[in-house]
Amino acid sequence: MARHDHELVRLSAAALAEKLTSGEISAVEATDAHLDRIAAVDEEVHAFLHTAPELSRRTAAAIDERRRAGEALHPLAGVPIAIKDVIVTNDMPTTSGSKILEGWVPPYDATVMTKLRAAGLVPIGKTNMDEFAMGSTTEHSAYGPTHNPWDLERIPGGSGGGSAAAVASFEAPLALGSDTGGSIRQPAHVTGTVGVKPTYGGVSRYGAIALASSLDQIGPVSRTVLDSALLHDVIGGHDPRDSTSLTDGWPSMAEAVRRADVKGLKIGVVKELDGDGFQAGVLERFREALDLLAANGAEIVDVSLPSLEYAIAAYYLIMPAEASSNLAKFDSVRFGLRVNPPGGGTVEDVMAATREVGFGAEAKRRIILGTYALSAGYYDAYYGSAQKVRTLVQRDFAAAFAGVDVLASPTAPTTAFKLGSNEGDPMAMYLNDIATIPANLAGIPGISLPVGLAREDGLPVGIQFLAPAREDVRLYGVGGALERMLEDKWGHTLISLAPDLAPGEMAAAQEGAV
Amino acid sequence: MATAKLMDFDKALELFEPVLGFEVHVELSTKTKMFSDAPNFFGGEPNTNITPVDLGLPGSLPVVNGEAVRYSISLGLALGCSIAPSSRFARKNYFYPDLAKNYQISQFDEPIAFGGSVDVELPDGRMFTVPIERAHMEEDAGKLTHVGGATGRIQGAEYSLVDYNRAGVPLVEIVTDIIYGAEADAPELAKAYVATIRDIVVALGISEARMERGNLRCDANISLRPRTAPGEPPAPLGTRTETKNVNSLRSVERAIRYEIQRQAQILADGGTITQETRHWHEDTGTTSAGRPKSDADDYRYFPEPDLLPVVPSAELIEELRAALPEPPAARRRRLKQEWGFTDLEFQDVQNAGLLVEVTSTVEAGASPQAARKWWSGEISRIANARSAEPSSLVSPSDVAALVALIDNGALNDRLARQVLEGVIDGEGTPQEVVDARGLAVVSDDGALIAAIDEALAAQPDVLAKIKDGKVQAAGAVIGAVMKAMKGQADAARVRELVLERAAAS
Repeated sequence: MARHDHELVRLSAAALAEKLTSGEISAVEATDAHLDRIAAVDEEVHAFLHTAPELSRRTAAAIDERRRAGEALHPLAGVPIAIKDVIVTNDMPTTSGSKILEGWVPPYDATVMTKLRAAGLVPIGKTNMDEFAMGSTTEHSAYGPTHNPWDLERIPGGSGGGSAAAVASFEAPLALGSDTGGSIRQPAHVTGTVGVKPTYGGVSRYGAIALASSLDQIGPVSRTVLDSALLHDVIGGHDPRDSTSLTDGWPSMAEAVRRADVKGLKIGVVKELDGDGFQAGVLERFREALDLLAANGAEIVDVSLPSLEYAIAAYYLIMPAEASSNLAKFDSVRFGLRVNPPGGGTVEDVMAATREVGFGAEAKRRIILGTYALSAGYYDAYYGSAQKVRTLVQRDFAAAFAGVDVLASPTAPTTAFKLGSNEGDPMAMYLNDIATIPANLAGIPGISLPVGLAREDGLPVGIQFLAPAREDVRLYGVGGALERMLEDKWGHTLISLAPDLAPGEMAAAQEGAV
Repeated sequence: MATAKLMDFDKALELFEPVLGFEVHVELSTKTKMFSDAPNFFGGEPNTNITPVDLGLPGSLPVVNGEAVRYSISLGLALGCSIAPSSRFARKNYFYPDLAKNYQISQFDEPIAFGGSVDVELPDGRMFTVPIERAHMEEDAGKLTHVGGATGRIQGAEYSLVDYNRAGVPLVEIVTDIIYGAEADAPELAKAYVATIRDIVVALGISEARMERGNLRCDANISLRPRTAPGEPPAPLGTRTETKNVNSLRSVERAIRYEIQRQAQILADGGTITQETRHWHEDTGTTSAGRPKSDADDYRYFPEPDLLPVVPSAELIEELRAALPEPPAARRRRLKQEWGFTDLEFQDVQNAGLLVEVTSTVEAGASPQAARKWWSGEISRIANARSAEPSSLVSPSDVAALVALIDNGALNDRLARQVLEGVIDGEGTPQEVVDARGLAVVSDDGALIAAIDEALAAQPDVLAKIKDGKVQAAGAVIGAVMKAMKGQADAARVRELVLERAAAS
């Protein structure tokens, strides 16, 4: 492999886009470089469930053709992007990490795919995830876990561990994720990357296989804040096919990053997410980041969100309740897996046999929980009460945002833990989402970006900022500013410290330099 | 299937009070489906008129059809309901293969319209007010065809086919409150209620309202409670059954009558009524047990998170209210006067459920009396013989065309009946049937005179009688001539000519 390719995959999407626009490189070259990188490292990382090299090359070649013909293209045209397998694509299988959808090629594209394709981005594959986005580790994928590029024995986070790992291991500069309780932000935290959950309704959900409709939101995954912003600008905006999509006009997120400044910005530190249960190294990097923000003119104040202690309990009623209904359609009648019971049977028997084989343990657990929570006689006590908590959480946020511009916390309590360490203890895994879940309950936007490596284990730590609904620009402003301050301080990006994963490739690159 | 023992209807009414309730589903004739942009049209090749939304494909999302909301508001207003300033869709969760998502998007505790009433006219002209609990919006399911079983039902079938063309067709379900006091009028009230709903939706122009096509479907709930002595408190309500598949006005009446008689006999014999759905059999005029139905059926309703509440503006509601058509009762009074029908004539039309047909036929140019005569007469007779709804046999415009052919002398009544049969059998418009079958009246005097001369020559004794002034003897000759002309002659003209020719001979 040429050194040239090795450098290409390390470029940010913005830098790659510049080279594409100037004609210095072609979309086919950019795509090939990433496909080669996937071929070199993905056996170990397992970020992808599916790639389609020929298809991606054809897509890239078409972009090059249009550019040669003098067509004015979107700035990101020709940039490769990895797609979380929860998003339906009409030219690649879409499984949502489940056996029950193995090999299913949807007859339609998600709205975000339509927008990506219109902007000329090049989809290079579908990324691994916990089955139906249920999990924080990707260990619940029916196709085996993804490995954290910083330490292959550790979790890449979840459910969108595949998208985060793809970006962290330079297999793609950009990826799409989905965030129901932290599935974009927590993987960003443990892989040293950037992930944004937009305001609920800011990005169309049409074509995102639903986990919990009132909580799900598609968002960008990248290595830099600017790259997430550029992608956000492509996928955001109203979609008449999604009734919950906001009709607002949106300011440019990328502009917000370029103008980023924290002078006079009031940042609230969430008391309930700054202490007990949080790893020391996580808190240490978090506080350093706050100090840096303060040194650059931000005002840091303490804020309390008293209802937060009930948020996880409410989330684990609302999410399974909606999921139990959303997953009812997987019945073998129209698409996906069909299992005929021995000796045949009624349609109910076939549905039951299919769901028995097709769903993993975590999916079944949540279907049972949700079905129970919605049952007559329990509805008010469980689903009803959870919705009340949701209202209280929203009020807490509204009160907090009356006094501050953004809120800050560590993105998750710990750095990446070892694969398999929470097996058989779903509660421990659920608690890992304490800092990310409240934003989904409230419908507000959140970003996670890297603030360093924890002293005790050398693994990435992320900071989370939250903003009021519709104020996604504030996240890009503060995130972009903090990223710049940190990189100025360190003299490099955090991701540049990530293990290379392909020593053979590195050697070849060095030879090429001679 | 064992035939149920039935108590005499009058006896049943002596012992029990019938208590009724109806759920009428109306398919709205919007351009597109309730939650997708597929055309609102079904039939044709199975599974061709569908989108990812209708198939419930993973990732797809519903979007509420604004036209369906406006239709539903109009219907709610016509039923005298209040319109909810904010109503919500909910998911009704149950597994069934005709339901693509395994939940139906419906409205549960927050329907769009609630608390109305409908004035229904009984056959003898008395009015009965039916209380309306609610009207709510929902989506239709797909259509199952069970193959391999004896009955075409799911029990015993080898396999089933699903056609999702109908999935997502917009429905309004109109639910009555419990209806007390119908007494012996219960069967007629049932029929008149459904006919009134049909009249309303047709007048609103929001549904094709063809019962035989399932545009309008009635589930009839009925229970009996024993009568108590005067002064004693009423007995508690009895266990109800819900009769489905009642797809004609006539069947609604028959089904209620049947269930009253069946339930009364069971109760009188000391038995209990099973709470269940009953399946109406048009051919035998009986019901059979369907599935058990419990009030505790758990559909795990919860607000549909993919949709926002429906919040119609007060302006929209008032605009739709102002555009409401005349209420059916007032409309009937007006039509009766305009048409110059006697009470009896009008009630005949109305009780036969033919008001819409007669109206449309008059609008298409026929005289009211001719329209009434054809619909209540020959068309109803054929419908009865074929166990079909008159409206399903022939269109009002064809009837009007038929009447026009009679009026201009091209057909006589006897020929017109043959033409009608041709139209009903799908041979084309009346004019096309006339042309194809060569059924026009022979108006060429030359041909008639030739036939008359021949007949007179063959019956010299009759000719003699006519010449003697015994004109009634002409009948035999007229009969022979009509026979020779295969009935395609105007009998009055033939008579004129016979007398003329006899005198001249």
